[in-house]
Amino acid sequence: MATDVKILAIESSCDETAAAVVKNGREVLSNVIYSQIDLHTLYGGVVPEIASRKHIDKINRVVEKALEDANLTLKDIDAVAVTYGPGLVGPLLVGVSAAKAIAYGAGLPIVGVHHIEGHISANYITNPQLEPPFVCLVVSGGHTHLVKVSDYGEYEILGKTSDDAAGEAFDKVARAIGLGYPGGPKIDKVSKEGNPNAMKFPRAKVGGSELDFSFSGMKSAVLNYLNTARMNNEEIVQADVAASFQQAVIDVLVGHSMAAVDMYNIDKFAIAGGVASNSGLRAAFEEACKEKKVEFFRPEPILCTDNAAMIGAAAYYEYVKGVRHGLDLNAIPNLKLGEKA
Amino acid sequence: MKILAVDSSGLVASVAYLEDGILKGVLSYNNQKTHSQTLLPMIDELVKNLNIDLNNIDYLAVSNGPGSFTGLRIGVATIKGLGLSIDKEVVGVPTLESLAFNWQGADGVICPIMDARRSQVYAAAYKFTQIPESQCIIEQDSYMIEELCEKLNALGEKVYFAGDGVPVYRDYLEKNLKVEYQFPSAANCYQNAANIAVLAEMYANRGEAQNARDLTPVYLRKPQAEREREEMLNGKD
Repeated sequence: MATDVKILAIESSCDETAAAVVKNGREVLSNVIYSQIDLHTLYGGVVPEIASRKHIDKINRVVEKALEDANLTLKDIDAVAVTYGPGLVGPLLVGVSAAKAIAYGAGLPIVGVHHIEGHISANYITNPQLEPPFVCLVVSGGHTHLVKVSDYGEYEILGKTSDDAAGEAFDKVARAIGLGYPGGPKIDKVSKEGNPNAMKFPRAKVGGSELDFSFSGMKSAVLNYLNTARMNNEEIVQADVAASFQQAVIDVLVGHSMAAVDMYNIDKFAIAGGVASNSGLRAAFEEACKEKKVEFFRPEPILCTDNAAMIGAAAYYEYVKGVRHGLDLNAIPNLKLGEKA
Repeated sequence: MKILAVDSSGLVASVAYLEDGILKGVLSYNNQKTHSQTLLPMIDELVKNLNIDLNNIDYLAVSNGPGSFTGLRIGVATIKGLGLSIDKEVVGVPTLESLAFNWQGADGVICPIMDARRSQVYAAAYKFTQIPESQCIIEQDSYMIEELCEKLNALGEKVYFAGDGVPVYRDYLEKNLKVEYQFPSAANCYQNAANIAVLAEMYANRGEAQNARDLTPVYLRKPQAEREREEMLNGKD
């Protein structure tokens, strides 16, 4: 490699305002995340307009901090990367508008990045030895995708959710059993005290690809169980419900993922996304991969949540391929994986 | 003083460049395209045609509300990003004041009205004292159109209107105004970044420019979820 490539990356697709500087796609020079979660907890979920307002107030501060932490100025940067979808349109537009203007003012190229490609690429940061091809499961509040990463920047969706995202189901079940928002970390924590086999919730199968997911049926089964128990005045053991629900989710995620690994004869598997920091899920994947002699990769927890370092990692591989976006780059809330604007 | 100004608070995307009191260029489009796709290319067009060296600009200016929440943020985020990268201070100009400037010199009350949905308008009223300075007669806020109409009638002076609320409330105003009035032509109905640039110069001279990081839109309205939550909490008291 002739010279180092340093990318300033910005992410604002949901409720984290984030900026980072990443060198050569693998080395994080800074990673600044301003989380708005406390604000949205009041509403039991992310409110797009409130998120957008917070993003615009924080955007310059996180970018300035990212440059400062990396001990760099814009003169040292080679490109500006930004998440342009999928996500909430208002929040995305703040990041996209600011990133384009920063790049324009500094005379730098713009690289638009797909949010999910960012999550997948978080693995390149934590695991320097990881190279495609591998199978990756992306699980977060908004996404559940089983993806074959054939090469850098080349993705094939093997399976996706037909209704709720896994993280969304966690949120809804957590609310129903009185744990509140955000559901994932809360259920994960309570589950450690519960019996994962106390109740048997269905491991839903859906039509379409055998690698597709459905979590809505599982969630409904939990809600039905709670209703019935309440009507019969039966005691509801919160920890058991949480653990049993989490186990059902894990069984499906692990089952589909390992089926994909077999089907495509790939010996590397990675997880990514907010739910990837769920300790129960990590443990189950470690065990399943070990059994199959498949190498298991995961990003460190700080890179599982929404962050800009992962966007910088994904952008690097686009940048070296020559991908550049114009000043007219727009936010695309329903951007498909592998689809380029 | 060199000022680059933008307005994307409403239907129109507009950019302008003012240099030492001379308006060197204005570009405005009202073509239903998303501002995020058009605004920066328009800035680039102006910069290229006028050979502007961004590093020599003194201030960046933006119409910072009220207006379409998303439109405001596209303009403000663009100016914040530019301000950060070229290290220049920014001026947020009130959208309604800039709209009033469409009637600069008019002898009477100037009332910009912007459609705020829910039977409301974002509005204010001004009288020009010494151009570009004006005196605010009715404070900027969101008003029910009936309420605004009463306030204007009470002033007892001729009213000049501007803004995207005009086509929406023209009939109502014609029926209910008891004072003389004048609606705008196609040429002075909507936002124009030239006004933003001129007013920004006045604000900058008053020492009211700020670091880009602190610039935030003035929405004049809370997010719906916040309003509903407050109503719910108040209801419980």
